[in-house]
Amino acid sequence: MPRRIVIGIRGVGHRVIDSIWRLGYASRFFLLTLLKSGISFRRFGLVIRELYFTGVLSLIIIIVSGLFVGMVLGLQGYETLQRFGAESAVGTMVALSLVRELGPVVAALLFASRAGSAITAEIGLMKATDQLAAMEMMAVDPIARVVAPRFWAGVISMPFLAAMFSVVGVFGGYLVAVVLIGVDDGSFWSQMQNAVDFRYDIVNGVIKTCVFGVAVTAIAVFEGYDASPTAEGVSGATTRTVVTSSLAILGLDFVLTSVMFRGMS
Amino acid sequence: MQRTTMDLWVGVFVMAGIGALLILALKVGNLGTYSAAESYTLIGNFENIGGLKVRAPVKSAGVVVGRITDIRFNTETYDAAVTMNIDNRYQFPRDTFASILTSGLLGEQYIGLAAGGDETVLKNGDKIMKTNSAMVLEEMIGRFLFDKASENKASEDSDSDDDGKK
Amino acid sequence: MTPETLVEIKGLNFSYGERSILKGVNMTMSRGKVIAIMGGSGSGKTTLLRLIGGAVRPSSGYVKVAGKVVHELKRDELFEMRRKMSMLFQFGALFTDLSVFDNVAFQMREHTDLPESMIRDLVLMKLQAVGLRGVHNLMPAQLSGGMARRVALARSIALDPLLIMYDEPFTGLDPISLTVIGNLIRRLTDALGMTSIVVTHDVQESLKIVDYVYFISEGVIAAHGTPAEVRGSVAPFVHQFVHGEEDGPVSFHYPAETYASDLKLEKGFA
Repeated sequence: MPRRIVIGIRGVGHRVIDSIWRLGYASRFFLLTLLKSGISFRRFGLVIRELYFTGVLSLIIIIVSGLFVGMVLGLQGYETLQRFGAESAVGTMVALSLVRELGPVVAALLFASRAGSAITAEIGLMKATDQLAAMEMMAVDPIARVVAPRFWAGVISMPFLAAMFSVVGVFGGYLVAVVLIGVDDGSFWSQMQNAVDFRYDIVNGVIKTCVFGVAVTAIAVFEGYDASPTAEGVSGATTRTVVTSSLAILGLDFVLTSVMFRGMS
Repeated sequence: MQRTTMDLWVGVFVMAGIGALLILALKVGNLGTYSAAESYTLIGNFENIGGLKVRAPVKSAGVVVGRITDIRFNTETYDAAVTMNIDNRYQFPRDTFASILTSGLLGEQYIGLAAGGDETVLKNGDKIMKTNSAMVLEEMIGRFLFDKASENKASEDSDSDDDGKK
Repeated sequence: MTPETLVEIKGLNFSYGERSILKGVNMTMSRGKVIAIMGGSGSGKTTLLRLIGGAVRPSSGYVKVAGKVVHELKRDELFEMRRKMSMLFQFGALFTDLSVFDNVAFQMREHTDLPESMIRDLVLMKLQAVGLRGVHNLMPAQLSGGMARRVALARSIALDPLLIMYDEPFTGLDPISLTVIGNLIRRLTDALGMTSIVVTHDVQESLKIVDYVYFISEGVIAAHGTPAEVRGSVAPFVHQFVHGEEDGPVSFHYPAETYASDLKLEKGFA
């Protein structure tokens, strides 16, 4: 029996050491990516190409989900607020929830599953088919040539996608509340504008999306680069990207929210 | 995928993204309504600010003329020093009255400015001399009960028999 | 070391942790030759190529390419060195997101400032050399295995290297493609005056084109010689390998306890 306990403790220790090692390895990789980003900006065509794959191809899912999330918020908000006779505040509710929380978080979650997984799968497959090794043998650094442009494209497109998500969401809320239900058009917008502060709500929301963009793409490129070069390895890495980055988004969101919105209105 | 089509799409994407950020700032947020204009600062000391928050509006005659930027406790006078940014377009006389009001029964609190008749206007950094504290519900109820009690007393004085029995 | 020698390997040892992969390998490879390295799967052939390319460091001994010890080079010196060598990976390792043209042009664009018109001429020349000028607009996914390998070959000669390493170039090809690739290796080596190192276990095809053969078995050089010497060799390992016999020095059975004892037939039950 004591032997089994020792084995159990050893297992815990092994896991902890393993994950710390991996965290260190990932941080080193992240640092290398930043250090070798020069080429991404000198030859911006490389980033533009990746912007197409991460940004443009994520547009449809972002816009459609944003519209529906906004419409649901409009419905639910109206449903709740009209009990207090405050249905004209539905615009405030939709806008604040979108700009502060749902826009950054839901857009980042969608981005992780649409673009993050694609980045991981692409880099993982390049590794599995020796393309990264071939590049290395051609005296071209794969981190500079493959990883960094994808990383920066993700970081750039994330705030744009989240902003579009929020705007489309507000429009969805407007559709439901004003066009469908008949809340007053003027008070919908004016109450919203009264309550949503540029620096406090919008800038903080944009900061959140930037942080999420860095986190999601850093995880995605690392998992792809670190994937074991087999079919199972790549599919496992893709799954890990979605799971890890979703958890990272939600965890970071809590931390950021508690720092940004602490003790204020 | 042709390189030029890709460039086009990315261009559209980036422009739409910047457009969305602008819409957020101007149409959804209040960037268009206040920080575009220059503003000046006024300070008011209140005995009790109740539930007043930073960023709450400053209104005059119901129109938003500025926002509260800072609230701190003054250890010398033991009251609250409230700093507010007022739009440069709006000037107020020196004897303006600032009171903390509530929109609706349970709505948010704001500062209402009631202009006086003085010739000179308030400058940047000036202090508003005449202030009126927030209504605190407990105090109101307390005062109400006190008033009621003294009313009762007055009526009881005329009917002293009852009083004596108690 | 004569000026003719391009690659010199001396006392090379390499191990992954406890597991010893290469034990004291010595080789010399001259300019303009095609050298084959043969051996069973897992005998350390690919590791040898990685050591020459500087992707891994030896435990002891050294690899000298063009007079420089590879593992002592700094990173930028190593990258400088790698521009003079090339590697053809098992399945070509073409960049799947680039067209055939861009694949061949890749190194020229990364390492030179040549104008686009000259790159175009050079790429078409290289593709012409492997007979695939007609596919330059296709994506790698649209090519057959043999064609992909030929495009990869065109890509690896893009900057006229001194040394090309081929990691099992014959795997998974039909007999026609196999002959095409084999002949291309020979012809390009002669035409460009480079050195080719072919890691393979395709004995018959490689013996037709190579100048010299090394047999590696369990981390040591089991035999070496010209193709004629190898064909006539009576050394049991070489004979088994060249003729593809099932049993010999390389046993069919992985070392194990005796069959009977594994099946618990020896005592008690028999």
